[in-house]
Amino acid sequence: MPIIYNKEQNLQERVEAALADDFKHNAIETAQNTFHAKRSLLVEALPMWEEYRDACKAIRDHVTENLDYYVREFATNAEAAGYQMHYAPTDVDALHAVLDIVEATGSLSCVKSKSMMTEEIGVNDLLEDIGVKCIETDCAEAIIQTAGDKPSHIVVPALHFDRKAIAELFRQKRGYTGTEVPEEITHFLRQVLREEFLSADIGMRGCNFAVAETGSLTIVSNEGNGRMVDSIPEVQIAVVGIDRIVPDLATLDVMMSLLPRSAVGAKITSYFTIDKGPRREGETDGPREAHIILVDNGRHNLLGTPFQEMARCMRCGACLNTCPVYRHITGHGYGSIYPGPMGIVLTTALEGYENAAQLPYACTLCGACDDVCPSKIPLHSLVHEHRKNIVAGGYNSPVERGIYKGAAQMMGHMPLYRIGTSKVAAYGMKALSMGGDSLTTQANWIPVVNGWTSSRDIDNMKTTQFRDWFAKNRNGLSESVHQEGYTTATRGDKTGRGDA
Amino acid sequence: MFKGAYYMRIAFFPGCMVDMMYPEVGIAAVEVLERLGCEVELPKDQICCGQMFLNSGYEKETIPMMKQVIDAYSGYETIVSLSGSCLHAIVNEYPEYLDDDPDYGPRLARMRKNCWEFTDFIVNKLGVTDVGAHLNAKVTYHKSCHLTRLLGVKEPPLQLLQAVDGLEYVVMEQADRCCGFGGTFSLKEPEISTEIVREKVRTIDASGADVVCGADIACLMNIKGALTRMRREGKVSRDIRVMHIAEILNS
Repeated sequence: MPIIYNKEQNLQERVEAALADDFKHNAIETAQNTFHAKRSLLVEALPMWEEYRDACKAIRDHVTENLDYYVREFATNAEAAGYQMHYAPTDVDALHAVLDIVEATGSLSCVKSKSMMTEEIGVNDLLEDIGVKCIETDCAEAIIQTAGDKPSHIVVPALHFDRKAIAELFRQKRGYTGTEVPEEITHFLRQVLREEFLSADIGMRGCNFAVAETGSLTIVSNEGNGRMVDSIPEVQIAVVGIDRIVPDLATLDVMMSLLPRSAVGAKITSYFTIDKGPRREGETDGPREAHIILVDNGRHNLLGTPFQEMARCMRCGACLNTCPVYRHITGHGYGSIYPGPMGIVLTTALEGYENAAQLPYACTLCGACDDVCPSKIPLHSLVHEHRKNIVAGGYNSPVERGIYKGAAQMMGHMPLYRIGTSKVAAYGMKALSMGGDSLTTQANWIPVVNGWTSSRDIDNMKTTQFRDWFAKNRNGLSESVHQEGYTTATRGDKTGRGDA
Repeated sequence: MFKGAYYMRIAFFPGCMVDMMYPEVGIAAVEVLERLGCEVELPKDQICCGQMFLNSGYEKETIPMMKQVIDAYSGYETIVSLSGSCLHAIVNEYPEYLDDDPDYGPRLARMRKNCWEFTDFIVNKLGVTDVGAHLNAKVTYHKSCHLTRLLGVKEPPLQLLQAVDGLEYVVMEQADRCCGFGGTFSLKEPEISTEIVREKVRTIDASGADVVCGADIACLMNIKGALTRMRREGKVSRDIRVMHIAEILNS
């Protein structure tokens, strides 16, 4: 599966590369500040934001819990509207469906609007392999495609480029001769793409929400390219995840109140398209034939597990825009098309622990993502859930397991704790720091510890612990006595039990 | 030490980091609580809440520690924790593992209702915001993640700080952004952790404060470690003290 695009480097190497790239790093920091600030303003201004989130959660959960029903309802209504339905349990099935349509229609070129699902199944590579010209028409996707780069964000994939870099890229690869003024660059791109829209055989698009009641598809966009893609070419292919379905237009309204605010800090995007089926008799625009490929690609396997909650994710990127880790390692640090908190949870759930057991550790469990998620996915708890599965399944290193088990023994037994901390560690640190109060760089030769001391000092452990002070100065320590379902506590141990 | 009549008996949970590394913070907290009329006890069997192991995914290894904490504390009517992070583990995470345990489940359920975080206890249980402290300093406050977000203790630390005589409270940008400690995260992903905490230190510096304080010692250990190193490297231009809020309230 192409969800993880960088398997050559491990997490460590990807992080080092991302941190070493000051330009990228700073660009993401600035962008994150802007997005987060814009979102916060709008959220504060919307009364009942929390009620909207609760409603969203309830609606999305309801669909997930009745997924078969809603898939059937959506498919029935979509077919009635003239769509040709294709079902793809896996990414390979989805690619086969694309291939069949390309062959049956004899298509030679394709324009695409931004879609995570087409990226997830790797459709661009397939089209390239079979000689079909494939053009990304979303401005940021076009930049990524021109550069041969990978997205660094799910909503704004070229977040790590600035106007200077974009102008230079277009000069080198697309014959651009203009300045770095954004309007000039977009005007150029617009002219280039207009030709592509008019000549392409296939328009391929994703879908933000698929409406079961009406069998219609939606695109939320700011550039209007989605509207070109779904109305100009003769053949339309919509690649839709099974977790995109909402019951009806009324519930779609709840999603649309949350999505643009969460994603880009706007009340509504410039374009919001709801379309339904191919062109009908007497109509002058719209595709001759329209296909929907409904893709599962591992999502069914998550039902009944804690990760089922990810079916609520609307790919807004709010969690990326608040995450302290994403901020520094950027999307490329994760090596997955889905980065940040939602990316850790989803990538690991879909790709399995054999392929992604490192990702869940790229998280401080700070919980900032939970607070901004419009559909109230408990993201940090799900990251934690992955860690538990990784340990229980033995996917981490035996050395690490040994260290944790040993440390757990020590921290769970008073005599061991007392010897380990107030004697061994305290005197050891004192010796290492040459009698000082803290360790600075003297411990840089010790593996693991040097992860801390290479950039930070650490105060030494104390030979006289808090409990020693308390036992001596406050009339001893107390003891709980538990009997017959009731516990009482009494005072009196002046020795600080476990003194070694 | 408080000489009058105590009106509330409490069990104090300092957290292992205070016990091992920062006894002075525990002592300050005990003195503040006593001054406010509490009889403070320390159960002798308390060591570590096990959160660090739990967060790393080691459930099996943590269960004995959970039981140890319950054994040590469930005999008390009132439990006051100096760490919001540990308390979050105890009240919000333990139940997942022990709710079905016929012995520990009911004791945990009772105990959870009796638990308070230090600043929350003073403000919302004792009803005190002015503890009679005095500190002439410009102080900024780091909002620790687990305390602020997961435990929901947002206002009490600020109420207490603002009532300290002579103290000028200054806001730091993004005060609620993680300091990058994350328990074992700081050792497993030290490069990311370093980037995050160094940015935190820069925002502290930019706030103009001469004291940075917090209510969770783990974050403060991380911030202090980075701050002193950056000061030595010339990346911070002035001395900034790191203090636990208990130390400020005891000054």
